[in-house]
Amino acid sequence: MKFNNIKLAAIALLVSLSAYNCNNDDDNNVTGPTGPNFTGTYAQEDQMGRPAINTVFVDMADKNAFNTTIPSNQGAAFQSKFEARLLALNPGYTTNALTWDAPTFTGALATDVLTVSLTGTTTFFDGTNVLTGRALADDVISTELLLIFGGPMGTDNPGLSDDNVDGNDKTFLSSFPYLATPH
Amino acid sequence: MKKSKILIGAAVLTIAGFFAIAADHIDAPAVAGGTSDITDIYAFQSQENNNNIVFVANVQGLISPADTDAAAFDENVLVEFNIDNDGDAVADLVIQATPRDGKMYFFGPIAPSQSGLNSTILSSTAIMNTVDITSYSASTIVESNNGMNFFAGPRDDPFFMDFFRYGDILTPDNGISSFNDPGTDSFAGTNVMSIVVELPKAMVGSGDSVNIWVESKRKQ
Repeated sequence: MKFNNIKLAAIALLVSLSAYNCNNDDDNNVTGPTGPNFTGTYAQEDQMGRPAINTVFVDMADKNAFNTTIPSNQGAAFQSKFEARLLALNPGYTTNALTWDAPTFTGALATDVLTVSLTGTTTFFDGTNVLTGRALADDVISTELLLIFGGPMGTDNPGLSDDNVDGNDKTFLSSFPYLATPH
Repeated sequence: MKKSKILIGAAVLTIAGFFAIAADHIDAPAVAGGTSDITDIYAFQSQENNNNIVFVANVQGLISPADTDAAAFDENVLVEFNIDNDGDAVADLVIQATPRDGKMYFFGPIAPSQSGLNSTILSSTAIMNTVDITSYSASTIVESNNGMNFFAGPRDDPFFMDFFRYGDILTPDNGISSFNDPGTDSFAGTNVMSIVVELPKAMVGSGDSVNIWVESKRKQ
């Protein structure tokens, strides 16, 4: 009788243990391999705010560093280098059409974020609004060339202040996703 | 024959050696031509709904039509739209996009778990949306959900510039010092891999403007 009690207790323990294990395995099978895996750490390789900033203003040796410096640290790290680059591109730079001198202009550019209006027209430059976004059809390169080479009136260096490519080779869509289908 | 070979050689040197193709295409050695190379970003008010804002991130530039069918998003790359809505150039919200098995998954907008260069995907806390990635020859697939619209797939590169002439101008001692008129669009006829999100302005900020930038990050 006593022996049977011990046996029963042992069986009960075994059953409960194996039941617990089975149950646990079932849980793993249900939640484990199903669904995509989004775990892990992702480390930064590239970043971009305004068009062509790294291309035009960053020296070859700094291009990877610029892409892996968070924007709030970019001004301190790159403004003086941008100013040197600006004056190398245009040694005659004084101010531009925005009335910005070289430190002001390069200070604004070095923190490479794109400001986007939530209340009005969104454009890089449309003749009236400046740096309130970037629309697909905006001629951003000619805008930047004008600000770099065009001087205070936008009339200096006429051969350098416009690349004379004014639009895209395909028409944009008027509805989402707005970009044209591929070639 | 010999002269044209020399000219072609010079053109290749110009392209390869000449640091970078604008706007951000092939902008730095670590990412040039790879699956994490951001070519352009755009941010503009929706043409369909004045209360919405549209964000575009393009990666993998200069894809020829012949190569576009085989082009694909990289499952080890996370594309992150960063939104600063208080003017300090620090991200207050992110929208994360990463592909898995033919779908682009979107998480957010949501506050990032950490600022800085490393990210984890906020799949357990953020709003999740997905869209089937549109293949090269298929009709455009758009997903509308939670007040947002989503697209992912190959598109015409919307960027335009006479890049090669710009390169020639910056190359010393070749006698070229101005743009042609008309110029030639160096990006005509090429494609990119596009990610497009449209969402209510109220989901990104309550002030007059936000600052945005896009980061690409690779799984470690």
